Amino acid sequence: MSFLKEIMKKPWLASESMTAMTNQSVSVHQQSEIRWPEKTALYFFLSVVTVLFLLFTITYLSRSQATDFQALAGETWLPLNDTKQLWINTFYLLVAGGALQLAVFNSTTKRINLLLILLILSSTFTAVFIFGQIAVWQQLSAQGYFIATNPANSFYYLLTGLHGLHLLGGVFALLYVIKRFYNHTEVTVLRASLSLCTTYWHYLFIMWLFLFALLTASTETYRTIALFCGF
Amino acid sequence: MTEKAQIAIADQEDESHHPTSFVSKYIWSQDHKVIAIQYAITAVVVGLVALVLSGLMRLQLGFPDQFSFIDPSAYLQFVTMHGMIMVIYLLTALLLGGFGNYLIPLMIGSRDMVFPYLNMLSYWTYLLSVIVLMASFFVSGGPTGAGWTLYPPQAILPGTPGADLGIIYMLASLAIFIIAFTMGGLNYVTTILQARTKGMTLMRMPLTIWGIFVATILGLLAFPALLVSAIMMAFDKLIGTSFFMPAILSLGESVEYSGGSPILFQHLFWFFGHPEVYIVALPAFGMVSDVIATHARKNIFGYRMMVWAIVAIGGLSFVVWAHHMYVSAMNPYFGFFFATTTLIIAIPTAIKVYNWVLTLWQGNIRLTTPMLFAIGFIFTFTHGGLTGLMLGNVVVDLPLSDTYFVVAHFHMVMGVSPVMVLFAAIYHWFPKVSGKFLHSGLGKFHFWGTFLGTYAIYLPMHYLGFLGVPRRYYAMGETDFIPASAQTLNAGITVSAIIVGLIQLVFIINVIWSLCKGKKAGNNPWQATTLEWQTPKTPPEHGNWGDKLPEVHRWAYDYSVPNVEADFIPQTVAEVDIVKSEYSGQGENS
Repeated sequence: MSFLKEIMKKPWLASESMTAMTNQSVSVHQQSEIRWPEKTALYFFLSVVTVLFLLFTITYLSRSQATDFQALAGETWLPLNDTKQLWINTFYLLVAGGALQLAVFNSTTKRINLLLILLILSSTFTAVFIFGQIAVWQQLSAQGYFIATNPANSFYYLLTGLHGLHLLGGVFALLYVIKRFYNHTEVTVLRASLSLCTTYWHYLFIMWLFLFALLTASTETYRTIALFCGF
Repeated sequence: MTEKAQIAIADQEDESHHPTSFVSKYIWSQDHKVIAIQYAITAVVVGLVALVLSGLMRLQLGFPDQFSFIDPSAYLQFVTMHGMIMVIYLLTALLLGGFGNYLIPLMIGSRDMVFPYLNMLSYWTYLLSVIVLMASFFVSGGPTGAGWTLYPPQAILPGTPGADLGIIYMLASLAIFIIAFTMGGLNYVTTILQARTKGMTLMRMPLTIWGIFVATILGLLAFPALLVSAIMMAFDKLIGTSFFMPAILSLGESVEYSGGSPILFQHLFWFFGHPEVYIVALPAFGMVSDVIATHARKNIFGYRMMVWAIVAIGGLSFVVWAHHMYVSAMNPYFGFFFATTTLIIAIPTAIKVYNWVLTLWQGNIRLTTPMLFAIGFIFTFTHGGLTGLMLGNVVVDLPLSDTYFVVAHFHMVMGVSPVMVLFAAIYHWFPKVSGKFLHSGLGKFHFWGTFLGTYAIYLPMHYLGFLGVPRRYYAMGETDFIPASAQTLNAGITVSAIIVGLIQLVFIINVIWSLCKGKKAGNNPWQATTLEWQTPKTPPEHGNWGDKLPEVHRWAYDYSVPNVEADFIPQTVAEVDIVKSEYSGQGENS
């Protein structure tokens, strides 16, 4: 709403001009705890990623209505009808995000060792999640569900791969934070960086839950959603 | 804006990394001005390649079968590369990467972008995308000839030029470009939101910044659609998936694809493609507004309406994409919907045109070179916009689709118009970038040659379109419904195109000559109000503002304010200083 309020202003009027100046001068010299430019950039970046996955989802739903489409779940013989491995992977990612969150909570204390353990725990569990996803790929291809065999397979590999790549990018960012941690960067800066990483992890966790639900739905579910969306 | 966000408003200390060596100053530079110039030079060079390609196309069309090196495949490759380079690698890169980078920090009173390293990375990634694209000229089979829209299935099937490697290079280059744009775009929006100087509220920002801001948001949200389609098409080509590829016969043989939807690609492509029009147009709208206000010595007419129009156009641009697809056998109700939204988007666009004209009305107009280009833009844009209204209607579009009428329309609205603004902007801001004026006489010759020349090219094309001359054809051959006179017209268009192309050399000579021997400009030669003209030095030094950041006390358009001695009040002048201040510049009064 503040944006709407902002663009209602008439700065060419002298009265509004003076008000704007008074408001501005209050807080300009204060020190910010959170590094806001990075946060803004992260939110914009997450918007871009959301659009990316949203568009893939729409193409998926559209493509799912073709006659050659065979969902990966919904019938007992289909490979993703049993989602045990995927749930285990989900747990890994949850732990990774949780560890980061704990690190943020503890970043104001002097317990450096605890922080370090949490960061390494998070990186490790993220890596385990990625390896878990690759294991599912291997199981699928061992059963003959190759990437080009069916559009559902193609989308599965594509979307989980992209999600994994985004996580991998996050891991590099986290390693950079750990490096800064060793360089004795100021606590407030470290906390801000950790907070950004945590937001990213939570976002990718929610995105994974969405993809999980999308990729393991049955043909009937796709048909219902597609009808609802007007495909 | 929240209070916390206010905190970060750029009261940045001059802590910046002053470059010392040649390499850190001009090559691996993190200074937004150097990066802007790097972007601009790369974009112009690659744009010149596209200009030469268009000349080659015109030679074939104007004088068929006279040039043995232009065969049908080469012709299609020229068409494709010309379109893609001009839209993405020239216009988008120059307007946002070039002018965005240069003007954002200077116009909002910041020392640099908020992420200078990312900014540098953005340029080098962009350069990589250009190199990959140019490399496709040298691979086996040459660049792709699938048309700039890259429609499947033909884009990746044998028979289309460059279907083996060219298309892969194109898709890879686009993906790299999108990564570069995302890095740059995140920087632009964050800088505008978070690094404005004291007093620079959103509604005090010049319209140039508003245009760049909204265009960048459009780019960030629209380019993913192109990325999605590029990734999926690359999968179809390289791995054999069937996202877009149906089961069809190709050169008499069944392909291994099945069930894919080429229409799906079209939807994705145009979901990017239409906002792309405004990614190019909105910065141009903003810049032309500032040029007009400055050189007409009048405040911009309806500033708030102009801002809202930019925001409204940005929003609406996401719901008009399928007007590019009326001939794809879409549901008639969809056609009706998209025709309606297309007509609606004309409203804020028309408001902007009216406001430019009303800004000129009774202004103290200085017919400088940038002003000439800006006024020329109003003509070409109105012209292209009106034919856009025609094509936005399904019943008119169907017979005119894929004819030269469409070619004429989009060149007027999205080719010539942004280029007119680019030239206006270059002539306007060159004195700030270099400290010297571009030569006025050469500039006016450049303007009249370009303005009249482009009309000589594109007006007859509308007529060719009405005759039914199809676009993208290598040669007409014997066609009953097209009279022989159409060929005469085509020859005339080609001659005009070559003349206009050569006139651009005058511009390049002007830039080089002016850099060496141009008249010195001083800090504020156009007597402008906006912040970039208030820097302590011209060209601005690293860090832009010396010891202290500027403070903004007013909006960007205080020209010819009643009861004030000077006819402009810079944004940095406080209310109490107005009476005793005298701001007379040494501008080019012509």
